[in-house]
Amino acid sequence: MSVDTSEVRRIAHLSRLAMNDDQARDFAGGLSDIFAFVEQLDGAAIEGVEPMAHPLDAEQRLRPDAVTEPDRREAYQAIAPAVEGGLYLVPRVIE
Amino acid sequence: MEWETVIGLEIHAQLNTVSKIFSGAPTAYGAEPNRQACPVDLGMPGVLPVLNQGAVERAVMLGLAINAEITPRSVFARKNYFYPDLPKGYQISQFELPIVGLGHLDIELEDGTIKRIGVTRAHLEEDAGKSLHEGFEAMTGIDLNRAGTPLIEIVSEPELRSAKEAVAYMKKLHSLVRYLDICDGNMQEGSFRCDANVSVRPKGQTEFGTRAELKNLNSFRFVERAINFEVERQIDLIEGGGTVVQETRLYDPDRDETRSMRSKEEANDYRYFPDPDLLPLVVDTAFVDRMRERLPELPDAKRARFVEQYGLSDYDAGVLTASREMGDFYEAVAAGCDAPKLAANWVMGEFSAAMNRSEVELADAPVNAEGLAGLLARIQDETISGKIAKEVFEAMWNGEGDADAVIEAKGLKQITDTGAIDAIIDEVMASNPQQLEQYRGGKDKLFGFFVGQVMKATQGKANPAQVNERLKAKLDG
Repeated sequence: MSVDTSEVRRIAHLSRLAMNDDQARDFAGGLSDIFAFVEQLDGAAIEGVEPMAHPLDAEQRLRPDAVTEPDRREAYQAIAPAVEGGLYLVPRVIE
Repeated sequence: MEWETVIGLEIHAQLNTVSKIFSGAPTAYGAEPNRQACPVDLGMPGVLPVLNQGAVERAVMLGLAINAEITPRSVFARKNYFYPDLPKGYQISQFELPIVGLGHLDIELEDGTIKRIGVTRAHLEEDAGKSLHEGFEAMTGIDLNRAGTPLIEIVSEPELRSAKEAVAYMKKLHSLVRYLDICDGNMQEGSFRCDANVSVRPKGQTEFGTRAELKNLNSFRFVERAINFEVERQIDLIEGGGTVVQETRLYDPDRDETRSMRSKEEANDYRYFPDPDLLPLVVDTAFVDRMRERLPELPDAKRARFVEQYGLSDYDAGVLTASREMGDFYEAVAAGCDAPKLAANWVMGEFSAAMNRSEVELADAPVNAEGLAGLLARIQDETISGKIAKEVFEAMWNGEGDADAVIEAKGLKQITDTGAIDAIIDEVMASNPQQLEQYRGGKDKLFGFFVGQVMKATQGKANPAQVNERLKAKLDG
């Protein structure tokens, strides 16, 4: 499987990543190489092997439903670029 | 051409845990912005999600209530999309292996028939924050209090065939989550939300038409209106030679129309993959059994029991079991007055009418179950008639005391003394000689006139059955 520059541009757009033509070409080449590497797995015999969702042979631990986090808004917002009335401000997004 | 509507619903129910699905921040509604958003909810680097057992329990309870398979090993996935109220850049959801598999829900159609609607799946996920676009110069305000609130998304099969069926399904599910007490069901606050996938096809065709996804349906009324509008739009479009485009459309209740949200189309590639921060969620049979024990009596079972135990009609039982609170209230009233049918009539009649008039919920009603039962007991023991009881009820509703106090204060006790009733009848007969003559001459219809006169003379307090009996004897005698 190879990736062309238009596919790279689409993914970059979905991820809101800026990219010039040179970079798009570089990434298309690099990603294609990665896919080719991973594609070797297509040759592996997987008959009877169960799909794996996580490499660790462990189960999700659950925590009791209890509030443990205090309100530390001021501390968290101290590092935000822009805040008003308790809200984080970002450049306007309109649907 | 005749068209058939095909609808599938995706319902998001907020699970009523006290803390978030992956963090220990509180979930209470209405806090000041960002007072309930911790580093996990804010998507800070280096934080890790830890799954809330309360959310898992509620999801399993829902699965059991819709007779679904509970997935023994379910997996969380990242659903990637870019929006500022989703600080991580992905929503943790479930994709290939949701916790709840195939189940079903029975709905009642308008003609009383039961239709079984398949539930494809239900999965756990986290809610996003809120964007506030108003009031900032070229900026958007982000409140992440809601980010990380646990949701269960319940996806139906495309088996609903009209807006009315869709509403019936949604109401049934709404009632169910409240019975289970896993979601508060508050639609104004967004605790129970609905998206609808709507398409049309020529009647008889088996392939589905192209669907539009309708968003922003936060009331039963909007669901019905939006679907009806969308069906008309699609039929007009196709009959006019056009084609339906697969897209997301937003319902605008002010204009009663759906509008395309073009910007979202392109982003519809979520690039799901298993979340490496979360291990597979294992739900064993012991866990499932514990949840099964926790299930309350469910609406359909309660309805059947009300028919059986109290001798109610299926319709009445349906009305009284629409919510768990109403069912409990009814049972308390019925037990308190030992007259189940009378209790049913009053709860559905006078009591519900008073709630509507005063626009109060059951929990805030000024007359409680004990109070209403006390009133009905006075009808049962013939202290007052049903008619006078309405007057007493109104006084109770207005805070004038319990039934006995109102009856005493207003002197409404029923006249059951035969001697007293006879005396009044004699008086009425004496003062209406003409009618008496006509009655005895064969004009039977005048019996009602005499009943009316006696009741008027006693201000409605005479026992109606006794009046009838004594009047009959005296008039004919």
